[in-house]
Amino acid sequence: MKKKVTNITIDPGPKEDIYYPEVIRGLWITNRHFFVNMWRHTLNLFGVKTKIRPAVTYQYPEDPRPVHHRIRGRHRLTVKQDGSMRCTACMLCETVCPCDCIHIIPGESPDPNVEKFPEQFTIDLLRCCYCGYCVEACPMDAIRMDVKETEMAGYTRDIIMTKEFLLGQTDEKPWEKWMPEIFESEEK
Amino acid sequence: MIDWVVLAASVVKMLIVIAFVMGIATLLTWVERKQSAVMQDRIGANRADIFGLRIIGLFQPFADAIKMITKEDFIPPFSNKFLHTLAPVITFFAVLIVFAVIPLGPPVEIAGRVISMQIADINIGLLFILAFGGLAVYGAVLAGWSSNNKYTLLAAVRGSAQMISYEVCLGLSLIGALMIYGTLDMTKMVFEQSGYWFGWIPRWGIFLQPLGALLFLPAAIAENKRVPFDLPECESEILGYHMEYSGLRAGMFMFAEFIEIIFIAALFSVVFLGGWQIPYLSENGFYWPWGGMWSLPIWTVKALEFIAMFFKIAFMIYFMILVRWTLPRFRYDQLMRLGWKYLLPLAVLNLLVTGVVLVVFGRI
Repeated sequence: MKKKVTNITIDPGPKEDIYYPEVIRGLWITNRHFFVNMWRHTLNLFGVKTKIRPAVTYQYPEDPRPVHHRIRGRHRLTVKQDGSMRCTACMLCETVCPCDCIHIIPGESPDPNVEKFPEQFTIDLLRCCYCGYCVEACPMDAIRMDVKETEMAGYTRDIIMTKEFLLGQTDEKPWEKWMPEIFESEEK
Repeated sequence: MIDWVVLAASVVKMLIVIAFVMGIATLLTWVERKQSAVMQDRIGANRADIFGLRIIGLFQPFADAIKMITKEDFIPPFSNKFLHTLAPVITFFAVLIVFAVIPLGPPVEIAGRVISMQIADINIGLLFILAFGGLAVYGAVLAGWSSNNKYTLLAAVRGSAQMISYEVCLGLSLIGALMIYGTLDMTKMVFEQSGYWFGWIPRWGIFLQPLGALLFLPAAIAENKRVPFDLPECESEILGYHMEYSGLRAGMFMFAEFIEIIFIAALFSVVFLGGWQIPYLSENGFYWPWGGMWSLPIWTVKALEFIAMFFKIAFMIYFMILVRWTLPRFRYDQLMRLGWKYLLPLAVLNLLVTGVVLVVFGRI
């Protein structure tokens, strides 16, 4: 198939030298946008055709933008059917992590069939670059990044997710913690 | 002997015009944001609220006003304090005083006296406007120079060059209309535009002077220093002449720009769009070109004419904001080339053709 070739002329020619026709063309386009959008706003106001959006804006805090179902969000640790951790503390994710944000302290598993389990499993969110290598490396499918959570900003410098949080056993979000000693000293 | 009715009417007219202009200019800060947002498929400012009541961002102008008033009003220590304070005042004064000669409606008869709807019914209306339009250059130049800053000085030089260049074209494009109407008085100018050709085309300036109207608009927008001619004050890239101003002083420059939008819209309506006139509407009702009439009481006619003037101004404001959010900025050489090599010869040509037509055919 022959490729379409566009010739770009340096001299725009008399049509653009006069300037008015091109101005009117541009004005016509923006004018059309204005009236089409106003018409859609009016229809939406009366609850008609609400699926046609008059603006591309998402009103963010109230109306968050829908995220893709394959988004690489924050991590979580999976559990087996009996509720025990899948993680066997093989240290592959800690080894592969390019940001050095996963820290595992292995311990002997209470289950006699399993050799090891992590006594501590912490992820430093502020170091994490969300590359997803830990998920790739895990042989047990124990760590996943499928939590569709994107608002993880906080006022503290150590947003560290503990094992309990990663397993979903606690709702205490690490990024909502303040650093009380600093703020207390400021008050003084 | 002072005519107390006329005096009272003048005071009332002044108050109404000031309230009208200030109110519309305040509203325009909101209109410009919202219109540009809708044009660009956005929503625009809608967060300012009073007790959770938002009404599509209509409180935004109040929020802006509070912000500007409470900001620090800083005069740079290295500036010329007197001129630095004077510059925004001159700019504001020059755009506000020209409303004195704009007729915002038809003359109304009150207590046996005909009261025209302009504050100063003087017979040099257009000359007055051009004279005070020329004064606006001083605001820009003084603001740039008195700040004692290289960048504001350069912007002031750019701005004065632009405004003086386009003032020539502005005046010449209006002179064509002036020759046809044969008067400088704004009210008489509107009356000159009554009547019809072939019984149905209104004798408006835009049909008498299409080229004049086409040349007036870019020249007026350039006088107002708005996009696409906003070289002197482009706030985001190259710094403008009011860079050293803060708080309400910077707000006055911005506000003057919005007032001048209203003024240009009003002037265009009066000179080229037949002022308050509605086609086929005369003193006692509509006379249709296909025969027949629809008679209306006199106060209805007057009210309709006031509304018509308002709608013409509103349409021109819409158009100018449309231009501002559509076109990119001119380069300096393009600006000068457009002004001196295209608009000025065309304006002179327009004058020449108008003169020849007037001499050969008489007043059309």
